[in-house]
Amino acid sequence: MLVIKDLQASIEEKQILKGVNLTVKPGEVHAIMGPNGSGKSTLSAVLTGNPAYTVTGGSVEFYGKDLLALSPEDRAHEGLFLSFQYPVEIPGVSMVNFMRTALNEKRKYFGQEPLSAADFLKLMREKRSIVQLDNKLASRAVNEGFSGGEKKRNEIFQMAMLEPRLSILDETDSGLDIDALRIVANGVNTLKSKDNATIVITHYQRLLDYIKPDFVHVLYKGRIVMSAGPELALELEEKGYDWIKEQVDAHQ
Amino acid sequence: MKENEKPEKGNQIIEEAAQAEYKYGFVTDIDTEVIPKGLDEDVVRRISALKGEPDWLLEFRLKAYRHWLTLKAPTWGHVHVPEIDFQDISYYAAPRQKKPGEGPKEIDPELKKTFDKLGIPLEEQLRLSGMAVDAVMDSVSVKTTYRERLAELGVIFCSMSEAVKDYPDLVRKYLGKVVPYTDNFYAALNSAVFSDGSFVYIPKGVRCPMELSTYFRINAAQTGQFERTLIVADDDAYVSYLEGCTAPMRDENQLHAAIVEIIVEDRAEVKYSTVQNWYPGDKDGKGGIYNLVTKRGLCRGDHSKLSWTQVETGSAITWKYPSCVLKGDHSVGEFYSVALTNNWQEADTGTKMIHLGKNSTSTIVSKGISAGHSQNSYRGMVKIAPKATGCRNFTQCDSLLLSDTSGAHTFPVIEVGNDTSVVEHEATTSKINEDQIFYCNQRGIPTEDAVGLIVNGYAKEVMSKLPMEFAVEAQKLLSVSLEGAVG
Repeated sequence: MLVIKDLQASIEEKQILKGVNLTVKPGEVHAIMGPNGSGKSTLSAVLTGNPAYTVTGGSVEFYGKDLLALSPEDRAHEGLFLSFQYPVEIPGVSMVNFMRTALNEKRKYFGQEPLSAADFLKLMREKRSIVQLDNKLASRAVNEGFSGGEKKRNEIFQMAMLEPRLSILDETDSGLDIDALRIVANGVNTLKSKDNATIVITHYQRLLDYIKPDFVHVLYKGRIVMSAGPELALELEEKGYDWIKEQVDAHQ
Repeated sequence: MKENEKPEKGNQIIEEAAQAEYKYGFVTDIDTEVIPKGLDEDVVRRISALKGEPDWLLEFRLKAYRHWLTLKAPTWGHVHVPEIDFQDISYYAAPRQKKPGEGPKEIDPELKKTFDKLGIPLEEQLRLSGMAVDAVMDSVSVKTTYRERLAELGVIFCSMSEAVKDYPDLVRKYLGKVVPYTDNFYAALNSAVFSDGSFVYIPKGVRCPMELSTYFRINAAQTGQFERTLIVADDDAYVSYLEGCTAPMRDENQLHAAIVEIIVEDRAEVKYSTVQNWYPGDKDGKGGIYNLVTKRGLCRGDHSKLSWTQVETGSAITWKYPSCVLKGDHSVGEFYSVALTNNWQEADTGTKMIHLGKNSTSTIVSKGISAGHSQNSYRGMVKIAPKATGCRNFTQCDSLLLSDTSGAHTFPVIEVGNDTSVVEHEATTSKINEDQIFYCNQRGIPTEDAVGLIVNGYAKEVMSKLPMEFAVEAQKLLSVSLEGAVG
């Protein structure tokens, strides 16, 4: 579904991604790990079209389409979802209003009629339960006054509502206590199917105890420098990143 | 993501917005009786004669006119009102209604069509919600709906011209008592040449069962609109009143100088809501209405309450300060405002809360939104008289900037004359957050809609004060007025 070839990107003239290659197929879970500043969050920002970044080379194909040519909202409609590391607050805009706008935009993109208020609220109730969000939370303003755990659960709730084909979870485990982590991971696993895929960006093995990856990649200095099975995550947990850094830096 | 995509898209959106943004810009082709341009005592006399007014009212007008001659246009506002040639404006324009063979209550089909197009049906039976409307085109009231039904409760809701004829004593008792003709330049001008407007009287103990509303429409070219609204809520009465306004798109500027006076007696309450959508001019700042109005209410009675809510999106220049004189003990004044300026619009708006009564309280919530090259100012005064002990004021004044080329300004004045009163003032200025927009984008919401959503969220505290039907309309209006605001 996703084919990234030699992707290069910069922010404010600073080159961050220096040639990323990655292929993701339906049903797969990929973990992207790496030390701070290696470009993990940049990769998610570039894939979703954050205008703060400039693509300077390479290509990304998503279900045969040139992803980089699409606007951020069209990428979302095509089924790309980002669970933000730091979900923003939008004061005064209720979650109901926000999600309804988002969902109806997607339906419009596919030539469908907007959902009726009743159907929408029913869907919302149904999806809310996946991450155990209560009714009050959903009627509050987007992320406003949410705790760290609530914000992350709210991200997965939105993922459930929009039913993406490819979800990128950007450090979804950061700032979560163990209970919240379990709820979030359960949510992600519930939504998993043979038709969708997940990219999990994380520092730690911890999240991967709950969301089992098929592949683990190490991103370092803007490139994927190592790819292997789930055992790599355990190895990194034990040994840290220094041995990989040494290997890579020795080659340069 | 492509580097050159953003500005191109921005330009395209701005172009589309410039073409489509103002949907009330049409002109009604109707035979209009216009008196020639210019202003002198004869013109004042002629307006009065056309309306068949009593002598006392002509006297009032003439005194106002003579006083106006001694005044100069105010220049303290943070707006650039060009020198207006008051001899180049026609002060009276009345659509000539065709009604051969029909009853006097029938209105011209052409006028009816105009108001239908504006979404203001004048047929009572067609209205779903119970809202009585006084429709004013140029200088005259076209039709007031539900008059009879309201009259059964003793509620008077009619045009000012009719009120002068039918209830001269009431009008004479209250006219100019809250905004005297000596108040300011534009108030003096209005007092001399005012043509029509609405008159509302709610008798003792009556809660008006429906929203009353006046819809102002400027149609004729090169005329000014000078309407005057007077609302009186007697003891224990309640009324919610709405005002809406639009005008055709024209290259030249047009003047709108209105007066609204409100009197609130013991324990009575008046809610006054405005959605101001005068033509703001085009994207280069050409044309548009100069909206220079004086709005003031007197909370004369103890425990009386006056609440102003305004959503200001239109006009090339806005200069208005709906105010409360809190004379009664325990009286309450409120001002909730959203002022949005785009392109080259200028708004200088705010309120005055004058506390004269003991334990009177006031709340001010002002949300300014500036886009394009516009200038948006909040100007407010909170004054607590020495004898007005135990008063409270809370002011919250927020500005949101949507562009680097727009400006937001605040000019608050606070005078507290005793030490048992408490005044709080909070102010913030923020820029629209690109992270918020991208968050919306990532969920599939395009930038234009995202900005509308974010701005409506920002203004929610004020919007929630509007009556339901109006709130929906106002939300749409905020989004439409923002088209092209963020590239």
